[in-house]
Amino acid sequence: MIAALRAILLRDLRLAWRSPQESLTVVAFFALAAILFPFGVGPEPQLLARIATGVVWTMAVLAALLSFERLFQLDHEDGTLDLLLLAPAPLEATVLAKCLAHWLTTGLPLIAASPLAAIMLNLPPDGLATLVLALLLGTPSLSLVGGVFAALTLGARRGGVLLPLLAMPLFVPVVVFGVAATEAHLAGLTARPHLLLLAAILAGAVPLAAIAGAAALRQAAE
Amino acid sequence: MQRFANPLRFKRLSGALLPWTSAATVLLFAAGLWMALAASPADYQQGETVRIMYVHVPAAWMAMFVYANLTIASAVALVWRHRLAEVAARAMAPMGACFTALCLATGSLWGKPMWGTWWVWDARLTSVLLLFFIYLGYVALANAFEDEARGNRAASVLAVVGAINLPVIKFSVDWWNTLHQPASVSRLDAPAIHADMLIPLLTMAAAFTAYFATVLLWRIEAALAANRAAARRMLAEAGPSAAAPRVRR
Repeated sequence: MIAALRAILLRDLRLAWRSPQESLTVVAFFALAAILFPFGVGPEPQLLARIATGVVWTMAVLAALLSFERLFQLDHEDGTLDLLLLAPAPLEATVLAKCLAHWLTTGLPLIAASPLAAIMLNLPPDGLATLVLALLLGTPSLSLVGGVFAALTLGARRGGVLLPLLAMPLFVPVVVFGVAATEAHLAGLTARPHLLLLAAILAGAVPLAAIAGAAALRQAAE
Repeated sequence: MQRFANPLRFKRLSGALLPWTSAATVLLFAAGLWMALAASPADYQQGETVRIMYVHVPAAWMAMFVYANLTIASAVALVWRHRLAEVAARAMAPMGACFTALCLATGSLWGKPMWGTWWVWDARLTSVLLLFFIYLGYVALANAFEDEARGNRAASVLAVVGAINLPVIKFSVDWWNTLHQPASVSRLDAPAIHADMLIPLLTMAAAFTAYFATVLLWRIEAALAANRAAARRMLAEAGPSAAAPRVRR
């Protein structure tokens, strides 16, 4: 089973490596959307510093929402998904491997770009480490929950528009605790409870995504 | 439970129930509205605007009650492949969305005279708004597929995933709200409510529930009739040869 999952993971990573424009598009969207904010609210440094954490998080969520549609779409179209369903490895574990690959190819680049966006939005450098740590704990949950909805909307009319509508309410807790961690740190408090809550959400999202994602894939293939 | 998967048996049951639920709806609404709008006292602080409560609070209760029903029906549909549970879940989702919208709209109308603003990012308001989006997502997903059965199953998974997430969302929104406490808002922590207001409120809640039961039964019957009509049309299009073996047997 481990070998099969490693094969799925490596295959997805290799595919992403060979056509890197898909990951780069997500990062470019994230950076451009974050840059749009100073034009919207004005370049005043205090104001930007105040909203920087929130902007980085909301834009990361929006950029991630753009990327979920492809998670199972290509496999569904070329028939790979049918083979994955027939494979002896449990489908629950396959879903987790796909979500992990998604996080490695879109979540990690987003996190890598986030300090740059945060500095341009005048976030105090003191808060950068917490921001990155919170993103590291929070974005895997986004990939996992997004994976469930990617499976649910397979083959739907207007699936690309539908997916963000479905997933957005469920992303609220991650955004709330993610932003709260950095803001608590900047206010001189400990970020620990917020980070622990993000970790708790991640711990809950792993089994939820495995079970619900597998159920969704099975009914999509019927 | 599987007994009621048979549409004919369900139709007999709903036919027996419907006169009672419709009569209860009419009587309870007549009594409840009269008590709420005329007989009950105005609030000593809020004046006549307190009467919005008799619509707002039952709508909020129904928003949650319908989601609980939606979750149970969806879980039953997923676990036992219960055909009628699927139809019921799909039939009640738009009603739940309407109750939630009614709750938000009346809350906004009530907030303007009381808080001086149409909308505040209060914890309760925000979680009801997110519940509304989950309802909309359910309806959109259920209707997003060419194949109706596929839409039903996908929406059932969504309803159950949403139900697991709702407590987390509620908790996170409460947390978020205590961090960013808006200055101007007095929280509506319910003081002990007097019987003069409680009785009309409970009557209105019962009227909403009876209304929900009546319209839900109607909607399920309509969906079953539509399914039958579609099946009959398909048979007719397939021609007599497709129907023939069934006749011979």
